[in-house]
Amino acid sequence: MSLVADLGRAELVRRLGGPGLLLRTGPFVSRIQSNIPLVADGIGLMYRDNLIEEPGGFADFQVRLRQSSGLRRWWHPQVRFDHDGREPFAPLPVAQAWPMFEWVMNWCVSNRAHRYLIVHAAVIERNGCAIILPAPPGSGKSTLCAALVCRGWRLLSDELTLIRRSDGMLVPLARPVSLKNASIDVIRAFAPDALLGPSVPGTNKGTIAHMKAPATSVAQVGDVARARHIVFPRYEAGAATTLTPMSKGQLFIRVAENAFNYFVLGPAGFDCLADLVEGADGHEFCYSQLDEAIALFDRLAGVTP
Amino acid sequence: MTARAPSLLVEVLSAPGRVRLLDLPGWDRLLRQANSANVGAILVFLLEEHGLLDDVPPQPREHLEAARIVALRHRRLTGYEVERIRSDLAQLGLPLILLKGAAYAMAGLPSSRGRLFSDIDILVPKDQLDDVENALMVHGWASTHHDAYDQRYYRTWMHELPPMVHLRRGNAIDVHHAILPETAPVRPDPTLLRAAARPIPGDLGALGVCTLSPHDMFLHSAVHLFFGGEFDQGLRDLFDMHRLATHFGAEPGFWDGLVARAVALELTRPMFYALRHASRTFGTPVPASVMVAAEAFAPSRPVLALMDALFTRALVPPHPDCVARFDGAAHFALYVRGNWLRMPMVLLTRHLFHKAFVSPRTAEAA
Repeated sequence: MSLVADLGRAELVRRLGGPGLLLRTGPFVSRIQSNIPLVADGIGLMYRDNLIEEPGGFADFQVRLRQSSGLRRWWHPQVRFDHDGREPFAPLPVAQAWPMFEWVMNWCVSNRAHRYLIVHAAVIERNGCAIILPAPPGSGKSTLCAALVCRGWRLLSDELTLIRRSDGMLVPLARPVSLKNASIDVIRAFAPDALLGPSVPGTNKGTIAHMKAPATSVAQVGDVARARHIVFPRYEAGAATTLTPMSKGQLFIRVAENAFNYFVLGPAGFDCLADLVEGADGHEFCYSQLDEAIALFDRLAGVTP
Repeated sequence: MTARAPSLLVEVLSAPGRVRLLDLPGWDRLLRQANSANVGAILVFLLEEHGLLDDVPPQPREHLEAARIVALRHRRLTGYEVERIRSDLAQLGLPLILLKGAAYAMAGLPSSRGRLFSDIDILVPKDQLDDVENALMVHGWASTHHDAYDQRYYRTWMHELPPMVHLRRGNAIDVHHAILPETAPVRPDPTLLRAAARPIPGDLGALGVCTLSPHDMFLHSAVHLFFGGEFDQGLRDLFDMHRLATHFGAEPGFWDGLVARAVALELTRPMFYALRHASRTFGTPVPASVMVAAEAFAPSRPVLALMDALFTRALVPPHPDCVARFDGAAHFALYVRGNWLRMPMVLLTRHLFHKAFVSPRTAEAA
């Protein structure tokens, strides 16, 4: 078993340009093929602690990112994604190749991994206490997640919470955290040691930069956890830190609204979500100060200051 | 036929036991070919039928099970939508004749398990098209093609209304009054098709939900692929014909009456191609006497050689592993042929001219 970091740049580029790099992220293996230097750079930096499989093995997902040919090679070059010959997305400017890579990695999971109930949510764990943070974009979910991870919480996932339907356990992915716009500088100031990739301006979500998952979180990617709390965060400038309990019914509906495959799963999705909501407390959470927010999360996890 | 080793996918669809010999890289290849041909979910039910699922290693098994979940949801939605359409049209007192995917699913045919499709197709008498369209509109279905040219294209020349979509549920329905366009040189008589329709088993059948007869289902599938221009899902469609023929072939009378029925419906040529390519590709057990009778409807030798070459190229999984040089050209040639078979040359030229030069401008101006 070797890591991306063991490969060296030349071998990484060779595999990406040829048979594919078989990259393990949590329970999945993706076959990644790309001749775009930004993709090789991103993988070399953001996934250096991840395991790789030998070329020619079994891959769950096929991720091919290549530059458009013809005129587009020179004039406003573009990056295209294809999954076994199908192209579900429109091409993007090649400067956005890295954010596109992260989006298609998410897309593969949310479209195919129906062994799990998949919720659009961050999930972190400390002291055996896992907390799910579902939220629509703009609520400050990723900022809060990044801040917690920089203060000793384990990252399971920033975008996709995987709830294994067979036993209700949360299965980690430990992939990079996607920071948008003002959050990028907030996290740079809050955690100067955090490893952030380059900022990519002009995406349809604004400026994006990814924060690498801590090596410890990647190393513990095999350790599943049980959800204790489900917290809906909302950043509001100047607001006091408040945690308001939610009823089970409300919690069920709100999580279902944020799930990718709740309707695909049908009755099995209902059962899985019912068990999740039964075993976890739901809260609405309003904050403006990251330090106060982290202190409150530490208390939820029973960490004494 | 051009010599070409069959793809792994075709080998497995023909002889599912082949999966016992697969290692993990082999499974990787099989699943990728199956996904590209849109038969990922068909595979899981096929392997289950043959008692092979337990031989599948855990990693590919997980993908097969995920495909099953998507297929089961599709089946639930189909059942719901068919029931809605039945009730939307109930006041007209017509049988609800389902075509293609929805028909296979509601009749519970083996070929329906895991088969995903996007529209529900129904067949109604031409003189009741307006009533059907009005009843659907009253119940929330709306036409999707607003361009005046497109409306005329469908209503004057085609065998169906412009597709309709339900405003709230977003599902699509195609209302047909025939199985080939008004402009095609052969015209299978829709009254014959409707007269032979069979109620589906169960409560919905008692309420008038029908499919075409076994012969007509097979012939419709054949004409759709071999007279149509779209081969993106060609392999899946040919597998439908294999499954339909294998399933109905066990019923008395299916093989005996097939050729006569094709003659009555003017569908002898597509029947010939379907039997030829299904048996060559998947080993469909076509009785020798039927094959001989069908061969009377083959085209001349040089044309047959050309068509074999084109179909053989178009009927591979569209996966990069399987696609060879000139396959793209074969798809294009078949696309042109498909349109040509549906419209006389003058009309086709006019249609393609409009689509190329007038429609884009209208869209820009809008």
